[in-house]
Amino acid sequence: MEPVKAALAVVVLLVLAGGDAAASGPPPPPGATACSGCHAATAGIVTPVPRLVGRKPADLVAALQDFKAGRRPATVMDRIAKGFSDAEIAAIAVWYGEQRPERRR
Amino acid sequence: MVDRREILKLAGAAALAAALPAPALAQSKGRGQVVVIGGGFAGASCARALKRFDPRLAVTLVEAERVFTACPFSNGVIVGLRSMADQRFGYQGLAQDGIALRFAAATAVDPQARRVTLADGGILGYDRLVVAPGIDLRWDALPGYTEEAAQRMPHAWKAGEQTLLLQRQLAAMEDGGVVVIAAPANPFRCPPGPYERASLIAWYLKTHKPRSKLLILDAKDAFSKQRLFQGAWTELYPDLIEWVPLSQGGKVTSVDAASLTLVTDFATHKAAVANVIPPQQAGRVAQRAGVADRSGWCPIEPVSFQSTLQPGIHVIGDAAIAGAMPKSAFAANAQAKACAAAIAGLLAGRPLEEPRLINTCYSLVAPDYGISIAGVYHPAGGQLIDVEGAGGISPLEAPRSVRQQEAQYADGWFKTITAEVFG
Ligand SMILES: Cc1cc2nc3c(=O)[nH]c(=O)nc-3n(C[C@H](O)[C@H](O)[C@H](O)COP(=O)(O)OP(=O)(O)OC[C@H]3O[C@@H](n4cnc5c(N)ncnc54)[C@H](O)[C@@H]3O)c2cc1C
Repeated sequence: MEPVKAALAVVVLLVLAGGDAAASGPPPPPGATACSGCHAATAGIVTPVPRLVGRKPADLVAALQDFKAGRRPATVMDRIAKGFSDAEIAAIAVWYGEQRPERRR
Repeated sequence: MVDRREILKLAGAAALAAALPAPALAQSKGRGQVVVIGGGFAGASCARALKRFDPRLAVTLVEAERVFTACPFSNGVIVGLRSMADQRFGYQGLAQDGIALRFAAATAVDPQARRVTLADGGILGYDRLVVAPGIDLRWDALPGYTEEAAQRMPHAWKAGEQTLLLQRQLAAMEDGGVVVIAAPANPFRCPPGPYERASLIAWYLKTHKPRSKLLILDAKDAFSKQRLFQGAWTELYPDLIEWVPLSQGGKVTSVDAASLTLVTDFATHKAAVANVIPPQQAGRVAQRAGVADRSGWCPIEPVSFQSTLQPGIHVIGDAAIAGAMPKSAFAANAQAKACAAAIAGLLAGRPLEEPRLINTCYSLVAPDYGISIAGVYHPAGGQLIDVEGAGGISPLEAPRSVRQQEAQYADGWFKTITAEVFG
C-alpha cells in the first residue's frame, strides 16, 4: 500500500475506534496473530517459511484459497487453510498487507 | 521516575497497599495495570502482545527465573543433537518493549483485592491478571516417584538440569542396556513429546549403542500422531522400540529409584536408564489463586481466557483447560495473543471478537525426518473446539523429501517463535 493510502487507513481506523486505537494499528482479525508462530513477523530470522508481513493481500488470498482447495502443494498449510472462511481469509490478508516487520534491537 | 513498588516496600507493603488500592494508582498513569505471572511461551508472549496492542497499558511480568529454558527441541539436547545454550533465552527484549520485569516467584494472589504477593515480599496490584505458570509435576501421583527419585530417574519434562541429567545417563549407558520411558495418561504437557523423545533416543541408540533397546510403558492406549510414529519406527528402528499400551499392562503403578525398576500390573522392568514422565497439574500458583479446579487444571471461558472460577484473572498456556487445544508452546503463544487482544479490548471497553486459534506441533523422528499435527480452533459451547474439516496429521504415505521438509520447517518454527517471544 502506498504511504498516502496507509496513512488514510490509519486515520479511518482511529476515527472508527473513537480516536482510541492503539498506536500500533488496528486490532488483528480473528486468527491473524496465530500465523506468526511459524511465519516470522520479526526482521532478521532465517527460515524456509515465507513471511506474510507486507505481502500484497491479493497474493495472500490467492495462496490461502489454493491451499484450502488443495490446488497448491503443501505440508501443513492445506490442513490449516481449511479452518478459515473466505471472509476470514480476506481479513487476515488485508491485515498482513498493512503490517511492517517488527524491528528488534 | 519513582517506582511505586519500591515505595511500597519501603513504607511497609501491606499497610500502604491496603490504604491505596493499586489499580487506581496504576490507572492514573494510563489505561490499566496488567500483571502476568510466568514468563514462558504463554506469559512472555502475552506481555509483549499487550504492549503491542495498547502501548499505554502498564504491563508487569513476574517470572521466577532470570533465564528461560525452552522445552521444545530439548529432546535434541538429550541425544546430543543440540546444545543447551540453544534452549536458553533472556528477557532483555521484553524490557526494551517497556514491560516491567519482576524476577521473583509469585506466592499468593488475592482475587478480591486484586493483588499478587511475591516471594521477595513485594506486592503488585492489578486490573487484570494473567496466570501462565505452565505445569508442576505431581509428586503424589506415582508411588516411589519423589523429587529425590527424579535425581535417579529423570523426568526431563521441565527443561534444564533434568534434561542434562538424562543426557549424561544416556551417554554413560553401556551398549546393550534397556532405556525405559514411562508415559503418563492424558492430559499432560506436549502430547507427542514422549514419542518424539523415544524416536530420538532410538536414533541415538541405533547410531551409538546398537545392541540397546527402548521400552515405552504407557498409561494410555492411543497417542498423538501414533500411526506416523509407529510407521516411522518400523521403517527406521525395527526391533529397537517396544511400546506397551495400557490395555497390555503398560501403566506404571510404582517405581523404585534405588534399583531403577518400574512396576506395572503385569511385570517389573529393570532399566539401565529410566525416564519417568509423571502426571502433571497447573503450576502451583494457579491453585493459590483459586483458578484451578479439582482436576488440577484451570477452566476458562474461551473468548477471553478468563477463569470461570475467579473474576479478573485470565489463564493461558499449559495451565489452562483449553478444550481441543493441546498443551504446546505453539498453542500457548496463540492463546497468549488472543488473550492479550481480549484484555486490551476489555480495558478499553470494546466488545470482544471471537478468536480463531491455530496449533501446529512438529516432532522429529530422526534428525532429518519431521512429522506434524495441526488444528484450527474456535469457541463453541463454552469450550475451544476443532474447526471441522481442518487440521490433522502429515500424510501417512509420503516421500522422504516431505519428511525432510517438515524437519526444516520444525527448525524454522523454533527460531521464529523464540524470536517472537524472547528476541
Ligand atoms: C520434551 C518436550 C518437548 C516439547 N516440544 C514441543 C514442541 O516441539 N512444540 C511445542 O509447541 N511444544 C512443545 N513442548 C511443550 C511446551 O514446552 C509447553 O507447552 C510450553 O512451554 C507451555 O508454555 P507455558 O507458558 O504454559 O509454560 P512454560 O513455558 O513452562 O512457562 C512457565 C513459566 O512460568 C514460570 N513460573 C511458574 N510459576 C511461577 C510463579 N509462581 N511465579 C513466577 N514465575 C512462575 C516458570 O519459571 C516458567 O518460566 C514440549 C515440551 C516438552 C517437555
